Amino acid sequence: MAIIMKLEYEKSIELYACMQRIRLVEEAISTRYVEQEMRCPVHLSIGQEAAAAGVCLALETRDKVFSTHRSHAHYLSKGGDLRKMLAEIYGKATGCIGGRGGSMHIMDLDVNMVASIPIVGSCIPLAVGSALADSLDGRDNVSIAYLGDASVEEGVFHESANFAKLRDLPVLFVCENNLYSVYTQLHERQPDRPITALAEAHGIPTYHCDGNNVEEVYRSTLNALKNARSNKGPSFLLLDTYRWLEHCGPNFDNDIGYRTEAEFRIWKNRDPVILYKKNLLKKGILTEEDTVELKCEIQKEITAAFDFAKNSPYPDHSTAINNVYA
Amino acid sequence: MTSDRSISLGEAIREGLLQASQRDSSVIHFAEGVDDPLAVFGTLKGFGDKIGHERMIEMPISENALTGVAIGVALSGKRPVISFQRVEFAMLALEQIANNAAKFHYVSNGQHNIPLVMRLIVGRGWGQGPEHSQSLEGMFAQFPGLKVIMPSLPEDAKGMIIAAVNDNNPVLVIEHRWNHYAVGNVPTEYYSKDIVGPKKIRNGDAVTLVATSYMTLECLRVADALSSVGVSVDLFDLRVLRPLDLEPIVQSVKKTGKLLTVDTGYRKYGIGAEIVSSIVEICFNFLKLAPIRLGLPDHPTPSSAGLIKNYYIDSIKILESLNTLIKLDRSSFEGVKKNIFNERKDIPIDVPDPFFKGPF
Ligand SMILES: Cc1ncc(C[n+]2csc(CCOP(=O)(O)OP(=O)(O)O)c2C)c(N)n1
Ligand SMILES: [Mg+2]
Repeated sequence: MAIIMKLEYEKSIELYACMQRIRLVEEAISTRYVEQEMRCPVHLSIGQEAAAAGVCLALETRDKVFSTHRSHAHYLSKGGDLRKMLAEIYGKATGCIGGRGGSMHIMDLDVNMVASIPIVGSCIPLAVGSALADSLDGRDNVSIAYLGDASVEEGVFHESANFAKLRDLPVLFVCENNLYSVYTQLHERQPDRPITALAEAHGIPTYHCDGNNVEEVYRSTLNALKNARSNKGPSFLLLDTYRWLEHCGPNFDNDIGYRTEAEFRIWKNRDPVILYKKNLLKKGILTEEDTVELKCEIQKEITAAFDFAKNSPYPDHSTAINNVYA
Repeated sequence: MTSDRSISLGEAIREGLLQASQRDSSVIHFAEGVDDPLAVFGTLKGFGDKIGHERMIEMPISENALTGVAIGVALSGKRPVISFQRVEFAMLALEQIANNAAKFHYVSNGQHNIPLVMRLIVGRGWGQGPEHSQSLEGMFAQFPGLKVIMPSLPEDAKGMIIAAVNDNNPVLVIEHRWNHYAVGNVPTEYYSKDIVGPKKIRNGDAVTLVATSYMTLECLRVADALSSVGVSVDLFDLRVLRPLDLEPIVQSVKKTGKLLTVDTGYRKYGIGAEIVSSIVEICFNFLKLAPIRLGLPDHPTPSSAGLIKNYYIDSIKILESLNTLIKLDRSSFEGVKKNIFNERKDIPIDVPDPFFKGPF
């Protein structure tokens, strides 16, 4: 296998820091949501940090990410500005799109987070189109389509996969399989067959990873990127993971009956952040003190970013009519 | 039929659907999360236990295919009810809706019936923004062969959803999420309300006011506030967008000579545009002033509470427009405006108004 067998220290620490940052940001949103100042629906990624960090930290800034309703982690991993993200969730003028979309539409061209779209499957063909443009112009950028396990139920996934393979476009389909679409389990929506088989049926090579193992995700992504950059076409990454909180909102909801506490515990014991922390401590790449210090730094950043978002002005309603046309 | 039992419109829809499903075993339900703990905002709550879980068909997230499947089962003698939590998700099924559901009876020369109910829920508030709060009834109402209804009041909602289930045509039931909270008297027994025509819910001679969906509630508030200064209006809840029965509105405009329409969709190319143009065609000589239509401005719905400040039509805006037609004296106008204003007071603009309680 032509993969990097040993991640250099720096990358390991980066992966860990990125996941820790996502975790702490999402927890802070969850805690502060009751203040009712973040007046938009939020779909949090606690438990799914490795799928965001492992993929995005393998990317170059010029690579383009397309995401879904659950986009905070993707944006932060892609190098997004926490202040602009929080301001967007607070509906403020300083948000990454000036309050027009809120949490479900996080996008920021500065870091090539091209779009997040809260309609299931809607972003997939856009990533393919972006890959087509790069391919036509001979740029070696790769476009990433993040999708949930429910997205492969939409026709548009298959239509996009077919075309991407037909033209061998540089696109990565990254499927975060967290086993649920809202309150409905995967086996109530799809037959018992591997999700990777769907991509394979379109002739697309697949990687099936432990989506809570950030290094595994990172390495598979590097492989898939290499393929894409050498004109070998699309790949499909299936990342098994789990969302800890409710589908939409700041709370735990294991009590309402669609999943069991026991299942949740199993996944919580496979916390991607803790797992990787233990790994790095064991290898001596990080010390306990390092992790505490890192947490403190991140908390400082988070506090400042919330202050920024809260203190920013609302956009004036007279500007709501702007930008209907270019 | 009378009742002193008050329930919300959401509960009325649930009761109607449940009674219709219990009476007719060919009724089957499709939804994403059809049997989940929230059961489409509670409107399908407990159905599986009562009518059999096999009649509750969980939809994969495949709107176009499953709408087609629902049309297919309808062709084979079932009465499918397919519930979408947002109108936007049904846009993925537009092909099946427009090409198949709307046209099969016609194209088959009357041989095929599509007894399909599609429930489309319009979102609003809490920053849901551009892709979770669109009101697209104007688009759906374009297709001959579809029936399109927007019940606003709980008693109508129950009777009309029962009628929709029994109808041999595809019926789109567009439910505004904020109407779900409106409370009013609803009979407990099974009853059906014909899918016809606007319903006059206030009687008067000053002006003809035609409203749909949540805007009916905002108009009711205005009509009732105006009655305190001795002004009465003809207020119609349009209820049925297609087939459109204009006759009661024509009769009213012949009496009042003035027309204001208020609907939940875009102002341009919308329901109000259709009604105003038809009334101008039919009643040109009776009109004393140019009709007015109110609707959403010409841009998508932003998420930010700051940006939507002036976006939606509310009772104050309705009153102001009405006043250009009826020209109250200044103190009456200010008094009415103040009354309306006090009713809503500090409630933020992005949460439903708890004021709307019947009897309507
Ligand atoms: C076309 C469409 N249908 C339905 C929905 C409602 N919806 C929003 S998120 C979601 C769950 C999608 O599940 P998945 O793709 O697995 O992503 P996850 O939420 O698990 O991250 C659904 C059904 C939607 N937004 N768009
Ligand atoms: Mg999922």
